[in-house]
Amino acid sequence: MSTATVEEIGEVTAPEPFWTRQRRLGVALVLIGVLAAVLFGSLAPSEAARFTLSEDAEGAALSINGQFGAILFGIVTIITGGLLFTSFAKRYQNLLLSLGILTFVLSFLCWQVAGKFLPLVDTTSGTLQLALPLILGALAGVLGERSGVVNVAIEGQFLMGAFAGALVGTMATSVWVGLISAAVGGVIIAAILAVLSIRYLVDQTVVGIVLNLFALGVTGFLYERLMQNDASKYNEPPRLPEWRIPGLADIPVVGTVLFDTNLLVWVALGLVVLIHFGLTRTRWGLRTRAVGEHPTAADTVGIRVRGLRYMNVLLGGVVAGLGGAYFTLVATGSFTKNMTAGAGFIALAALIFGRFTPFGALGAALFFGFAQKLATYLSAVGSPVPSQFLNMLPYIATIIAVAGLVGRVRAPAADGVPYIKS
Amino acid sequence: MKSLSWPYRIREIPLKLELRGITKRFGDLVANDHIDITVEPGEVHALLGENGAGKSTLMNQLYGLLQPDEGQILVNDEPLVFRSPRDAIAAGIGMVHQHFMLVPVFTVAENIALGSEETRGGPLGWLDRRRSRRDVIETSERYGLPVDPDALVEDLPVGAQQRVEIVKALTRDVDLLILDEPTAVLTPQETQELLAVMRSLTAMGKSIVFITHKLKEVKAIADRITVVRRGKIVGTASPDTSEEELAALMVGRAVSLEVSKTPAEPGRSVLKLSGLVVDDDRGVRAVDGVDLEVRAGEVLGIAGVQGNGQTELVEAVMGLRELRAGTVELDNESLATLSTKRILRAGVGYVPEDRSHDGVVKEFSIAENLILDMYDRPPFGNAFKIDLGSVGTNAKERVEQFDIRCMSPDNAVGTLSGGNQQKVVVAREMSRPLRLLIASQPTRGVDVGSIEFIHGRIIHERDQGTAVLVVSSELDEVVGLADRIAVMYRGRVLAIVSPDTPREELGLLMAGITGNAREEETE
Repeated sequence: MSTATVEEIGEVTAPEPFWTRQRRLGVALVLIGVLAAVLFGSLAPSEAARFTLSEDAEGAALSINGQFGAILFGIVTIITGGLLFTSFAKRYQNLLLSLGILTFVLSFLCWQVAGKFLPLVDTTSGTLQLALPLILGALAGVLGERSGVVNVAIEGQFLMGAFAGALVGTMATSVWVGLISAAVGGVIIAAILAVLSIRYLVDQTVVGIVLNLFALGVTGFLYERLMQNDASKYNEPPRLPEWRIPGLADIPVVGTVLFDTNLLVWVALGLVVLIHFGLTRTRWGLRTRAVGEHPTAADTVGIRVRGLRYMNVLLGGVVAGLGGAYFTLVATGSFTKNMTAGAGFIALAALIFGRFTPFGALGAALFFGFAQKLATYLSAVGSPVPSQFLNMLPYIATIIAVAGLVGRVRAPAADGVPYIKS
Repeated sequence: MKSLSWPYRIREIPLKLELRGITKRFGDLVANDHIDITVEPGEVHALLGENGAGKSTLMNQLYGLLQPDEGQILVNDEPLVFRSPRDAIAAGIGMVHQHFMLVPVFTVAENIALGSEETRGGPLGWLDRRRSRRDVIETSERYGLPVDPDALVEDLPVGAQQRVEIVKALTRDVDLLILDEPTAVLTPQETQELLAVMRSLTAMGKSIVFITHKLKEVKAIADRITVVRRGKIVGTASPDTSEEELAALMVGRAVSLEVSKTPAEPGRSVLKLSGLVVDDDRGVRAVDGVDLEVRAGEVLGIAGVQGNGQTELVEAVMGLRELRAGTVELDNESLATLSTKRILRAGVGYVPEDRSHDGVVKEFSIAENLILDMYDRPPFGNAFKIDLGSVGTNAKERVEQFDIRCMSPDNAVGTLSGGNQQKVVVAREMSRPLRLLIASQPTRGVDVGSIEFIHGRIIHERDQGTAVLVVSSELDEVVGLADRIAVMYRGRVLAIVSPDTPREELGLLMAGITGNAREEETE
């Protein structure tokens, strides 16, 4: 059976092209490294940039000369880019990439913070809080899209979750009831998406957009007609309590951020791990991925394709609904019209930028959250860089990712394709 | 009747299968009309029939993908109902589909485990990957089918993917294996290997239903042959039956299997490719320095297993794909900078390999499809209007001349059978004066009767003095049509040989093995 014939044909693959993903990334890093070292370095005043552990300018701090730091980190970025380009240490590709981006950001910070101070704890916890709905929204997307259902209705699920959480939470005067209602709100949108796209084969992107508008309209209407009339009766939900884990919470920076916080943070981070291992290591995950890649193949081994898709989209609804709860039960404590303001679309961006994987989505969400946090900081300290630039970042990053400039993002093969049994 | 649930097993080896009066209708079309078949343990039962005869529909009912409207399936004399493939597998029936049912981004072991995963429990079912791997290796060794459990399926050649499919069925302990057109994608050598595997499986008591339209293979392997035509069984035959008789049974009339033609009288050089280099869609080199020449009045056939650069070569000539290097000349004029439209207008006819995507617009009528290339030219129209009268007259003539079987030329092309759709393409491309005809897989998915007709037209075109380039993955077709054969392997032309070259040698060339004897004939 295994004659030379078969083996020979096995090698019908052309040589690897010169411009691999790694090489292109390397060049990109070198370019932004040069930008950092030259531009940031020359603009930065030669004063100390202080990264403080406390909330004010006093106390313990990591300190570096701004100009020196900007140039130093820029050079490190150039070096990592060079290493990537020369294909040195191929297996540490992703590590080098992260290091390169990190040092570029540090170079930028050295320039901005020179002569001022940046409170580390506040920045980190702010980043995590801003990233929280993005993480949950992107995870909802992962669940749907890995099984082959495109979900652009994350924004609508957020809004519905936020609204339901606020309304029911207030009426029941219980944050836990509010939290469950938020999940139900997300599931309602998810159910419509699922039925229309899986059962009635409607174009999934169109359904998603329509559902976003639907959620905006319904919640806006009820907000004006119901909530505004008697806010104390309908729109003053209890807030999610912050819990402090003794011992762990005393670790500097990380302790405050991770162990003195609300339940939703743990839920989100826990879900990232759970869904990651679920997808890669369990029967449910293997079948989900099979259904998203090649539904006919899954069908021929007796897997119920539509059933699995329904389940995953509805589970996604639960997760996105919890993401919606962040807005009313964690961040503000009341619902306002269109309060999510496009966060669902940034979550979608995080999903794509994170290559449809849970940890990728986490990384992208944290990155976008950091950009938002930094935008607030920059406008507060009166930086010459307009904060709008940083708010643009998620969208620019997504365009770069989707355009394949740094290696193509590969969506599941059957993503968005309804399964019709022949 | 009794239905089975996984992993309940009702039978003991060996398995005897009986289909009684199976009928399946799709609207007005009767795809299967009271089919009775018995498959005895340990036999290879060939199901022979043209495309669209209803073979796959029948097997999909046997595998639980479709439910019959009437009739019974009996396994060891017990009637069973298969609601899904799961039931069929539980009853001991496995299937290898024509288009492989493998997830490209999964490993071999993951693909084989899918649907009946070994788990260590847990709410989501924690996968036991070691056991899955071991199962694959065990089955693979027991049946002598080498597969690498850790390889990604998308990296495997088709022959190996097919082995994975067979192993996938065998790990589910099936005793009857349905092979749907298994040799369509294989080289002659791989086909021989597959036939050997089939023999060893039947020797172990497994039975095989072998679906095909290739007569040689049926004669080589089958113990019994059932011939299906238009949804009905039209006869059973023993493997001693001659190919002509089998073909006549299949088509319903006597057909000639040989392409009849006189020796070629090659004239001037019409198409000249030199140093042609082309990349595929992923940017990977597909054609790697090809020199070819096609002369007036001859057919140059390109043989090769699919995916060795033939598609990209043809697309480059037609201006559908960018050249990386090299030149394409038609009567000493370069085609490289011309648009496809101007190449067609220069007297090049093009029958694309993917009929439904590139050959016809399915929603358009037959008449409209027949003028797709000439709609803005007299007599059919000009830049502003289309003359419907002359379009209609043209359609009537072509339908008659090319024997396109249809109710009316105004029907959508999508309603025609594959063979008749192909005749529409051929009629369009051969209805204007040609210098060069390029026919890519001219008879793929076309019934035997139409094949005969299309081959005749191609030879007719050659005899008019047109240069003809035929690309086909069916070796029989290339050998039958061509005056010279160029064998392509991994983007290069390995050799240009005469059609009298023995099959074995052609097969070896297609697999990239060149003997010393071949060298003087290599360009």
